[in-house]
Amino acid sequence: MIPEIGQFALVMAVIVSALCATLPLVGTFRNDRQMVAMAPNLAAAQCLFAAIAFFTLMAAHVTSDFSVLNVVQNSHTDKPMLYKIAGVWGNHEGSLILWVMVLSIFGLAIALSRTIDPVFKARVLSVQAFIALGFFLFSFLTSNPFIRVNPMPLNGNGLNPVLQDPGLAFHPPFLYLGYVGFSVAFSFAVAGLIQGKVDGIWARHMYPWVLTAWSLLTIGIALGSWWAYYELGWGGFWFWDPVENVSVLPWLAGTALLHSVKVVEKRGALKHWTVLLSILAFGMSLTGTFLVRSGLTSSVHSFANDPERGLFILAFLILAVGGALLLYGIRASRFELGKPFHPVSREGGLVLNNFLLFVATFIVFVGTLYPMILDGLTGQKISVGPPYYEATAVPVALLVMLAMVAGPLMPWTLKARMGRILKFLAPAAVIALLAFIANWWLAPKPTLVGTLGLALAVWVGVGTLLYGWRVYRLQDGAGVMARLKRIPRSSYGLILAHGGVGVITIGITMSGAWQSDFEGKMDIGDTAEVGAYSFHLDNVEETVQGPNYEARRATFTVTKGGSLVKVMTPETRFYTAPPTQTTEADIRTGPLGDLYAVVGEPSPGGGYAIRLYYKPLVSWIWGGAIIMALGGAIAMSGRRKLPVVSTAQAHTSAQPAGAAE
Amino acid sequence: MTPKYKRLTIILGGLVILAGAVGLTLSALNDNIVFFYGPTELAEMHVTPDRSIRVGGLVEPGSVEHQGDGRTIHFTITDGKNTIPVVYTGLLPDLFREGQGVVAQGRVSGGEFQATEILAKHDENYMPPEVADALKKSGEWRPETGKMP
Repeated sequence: MIPEIGQFALVMAVIVSALCATLPLVGTFRNDRQMVAMAPNLAAAQCLFAAIAFFTLMAAHVTSDFSVLNVVQNSHTDKPMLYKIAGVWGNHEGSLILWVMVLSIFGLAIALSRTIDPVFKARVLSVQAFIALGFFLFSFLTSNPFIRVNPMPLNGNGLNPVLQDPGLAFHPPFLYLGYVGFSVAFSFAVAGLIQGKVDGIWARHMYPWVLTAWSLLTIGIALGSWWAYYELGWGGFWFWDPVENVSVLPWLAGTALLHSVKVVEKRGALKHWTVLLSILAFGMSLTGTFLVRSGLTSSVHSFANDPERGLFILAFLILAVGGALLLYGIRASRFELGKPFHPVSREGGLVLNNFLLFVATFIVFVGTLYPMILDGLTGQKISVGPPYYEATAVPVALLVMLAMVAGPLMPWTLKARMGRILKFLAPAAVIALLAFIANWWLAPKPTLVGTLGLALAVWVGVGTLLYGWRVYRLQDGAGVMARLKRIPRSSYGLILAHGGVGVITIGITMSGAWQSDFEGKMDIGDTAEVGAYSFHLDNVEETVQGPNYEARRATFTVTKGGSLVKVMTPETRFYTAPPTQTTEADIRTGPLGDLYAVVGEPSPGGGYAIRLYYKPLVSWIWGGAIIMALGGAIAMSGRRKLPVVSTAQAHTSAQPAGAAE
Repeated sequence: MTPKYKRLTIILGGLVILAGAVGLTLSALNDNIVFFYGPTELAEMHVTPDRSIRVGGLVEPGSVEHQGDGRTIHFTITDGKNTIPVVYTGLLPDLFREGQGVVAQGRVSGGEFQATEILAKHDENYMPPEVADALKKSGEWRPETGKMP
C-alpha cells in the first residue's frame, strides 16, 4: 500500500506543477490577482507532494520492501541502516526524486520570501514549476521508482559497495542543492526577460540564491573529490573524469555569475551577459544531469544505461535553454543600457574574471563532450585525459589567480591607479617570489606549473590578507572588535572565498611537489621508508569478517624517528551482494600532511603489493573548499534584510500569500 | 571615444582573445587525445601510431607472466581473433584477472605494447564499454558468458 502513496504523490506533483507553470504566469499578463496569488500556494503544494514521494521511497528502502523493484535492485537486508537511507539516492530513479524534491524546496523558499514583488514572484515560480514539471514527468514516465515486482523476491541485489560510504551519503544531496540552486537564477533570468526589465533590484534579489547554490555546489564537489581520494585508493583527488567535470561546469559558470550579478546590482551594467550566464549556469547543471544519466559516461555514477532517458533530458535541455535563449532574442533589446565604465576599473576587472571563467568553462566542456560526440558520429573511441587539462585549464586558472587579488582593490567605474595597487600588493609579490624560489630549489619533485601554482597561491593568500587589512583600516570605531564588527559581511565573504582559493591551491601544489611514496612488493616483516616515516608490515590477515563483507587486512606500525605514530590497517574488502572488491585505504589525516596506506593483491612469489604515501598539506584542499563555502554563508547572513520593493512593471496589490502546508 | 564605441572595442578585443583561446584549446586537444583500439583494429593498421594509445580486450588466460622483480608483468590482450603482447611495470589494479576485460595505455614499440598505465575496473561484472565494443567489432562478443557491460 505504501508505495502506492508515493505513486499517487508523484501524479499529484505532475498535476500541481503543471498548474503552477501556467496559471500564475497567465495571471500576471491578465492582471488577475487571484491567479497571481495562487503561485506560492501551488509551489508549497508541489513541494509537499515531492516530499511525500521522496519519503515514501525512503520508507520502502528502510523497511526493505522487496515488492518494489527499485529496492530489489539497490538494497539488501544485510546493508547497514545508513546505506539503506543513502541508497535511496544511490540509484537513478531515487536520485531523480531527490533532484525534484530539492527543486521544489527552492520553489517553496522563493514562495516564502516576503521581499520579492508578488507579480515577479509568480513569474519566477511558474518558470521554476515548468522545470519541475519536466522532471516529474521524466520520473513518472521513464524512471518510476515505485514499480512493483511480482512475485516478491526474498532479498535484493545490494548497493555497489564502492558507494557504501559516508561520503556518498552527503555528496549527492549537496551536489543537487548546488545544481538545482542555479535553477533559481535561470527562473529569475527568464522572469526578467518576460517582464522585459533587468535592473539592480532584480540582481539584488537574485544574488542570495546564486550565492547559496554556489556555496552548496562547492561543498558538493569537494565531497566528491574527498570520496575519490579515500575510497578509490589511488591517492589522487581529481581525475578529470567526465562525471567530475560535469559538476565543475556549472560551478565555473556559477562563479562567473556570482561576480557579474554584483556588477548589475551595483552599476546596472552587464545585464545581457548576466542573463545569458544565468541560462548557461543552469544549462550546465542540466547537461551534467543528462550526461550522467545517458549512459554516455562509464563510472559508478552512470546508473542508467538507457538511451531513452538520456534523450528525454536532452530534449528538455534543448527546450529549456533554447526557449530561454529565444526569449532573450525577443526581449533583451528592451533592457536599458548600463552605466559606462573605464576598462581598468572594478567592472573591468570583473569582466576579465568572467571572461577567464567562461574560457575555463569552454575548455572543460570541449574536453568532456568531444570524445562522446566523436564516438556518436564516427564510432572512434578516444579519451581526453589530464594532459589536455594541464595544458589548457590550468594556465587559465593561474591567470585567474594572478588577477583576483587586484580586482577587489580597484574602484567602481573610475580608472584604477594600478601603480598604487601593485605597490600596496608588493609584500604579497615578494613572499610569492620567495615561495617560488624555495619550492624550485628544495622540493623533491618540482614542476614549473606546480611551482608557479604555489607562488600564485601564496600571492592570493597574502594579497587577500592585505585586502582584509585595508578594509579593516578603513573602518572607524574604537577598538579592534568595534572595527571588526563594522566590516561588511560581504567583505568577510570575499576574503574567505578568495583566501579559500589560495588554501586549496597550496594543498594541491604542496601535496604534489613534496609527496613521498613507496609502491611495490612487501613481505611480512619488511620496512619501507616514506619521507620521515617508517612503515613496518607486521601482519596480513586474509579473512577478517565485516558486517556484509570479508576483508584482507594489513597491519603496519608507522614510526617517525623511532617513536610510534600510528598503527595503520588498510583493507581490501570482498562483498558478496553484489560480488565486488573495494580498496579501503587507511589514512591518517593531519593539518600538516596525510599518511596513506593501501594493501593490494598477494604477489606470486610471496609478499603483497603495497602503496604508501606521505602527502603534505593535502587536507588543505578540502579545508579550502570549506572556507570558500563558509565565505558564501557569511556573505549570505549579511543580506537578510532586503527592503520590500517592486521589480515588475505591472503593479498589482496582491498580498503575498503565506505558504499553505 | 564615445561610450558605445569604447564598449564595442572591448567586446571586439574580447572576441579576438576568445578566438585565440579556442584555437589553443583545440590544438591542445589535438595533441592530447588518446585513441582507443582493439587488437584486431591494431593488427589491421599498416602503420602503428607513434603516440600514446589505449588498447583493450580480454586478458588471455594463461598469458600472465610475472618477472623476477615482482613489478614487471607480461601478458596478452585478446579479442578472440587477434592478440597484442603487453609489458607493464608497476602495481596492477585489484581487479586485473585472466579472462577479464582490461584497458592499457602506452605505446607500441618493437612488436610489444609498452603500457604505462593499466586501467582499473569497478567490479567483476563490469566491462569497459570500449572493450565491449572492440569484442563486438571482432565478432567475439558473448554476453551470455555474463560479461555484460
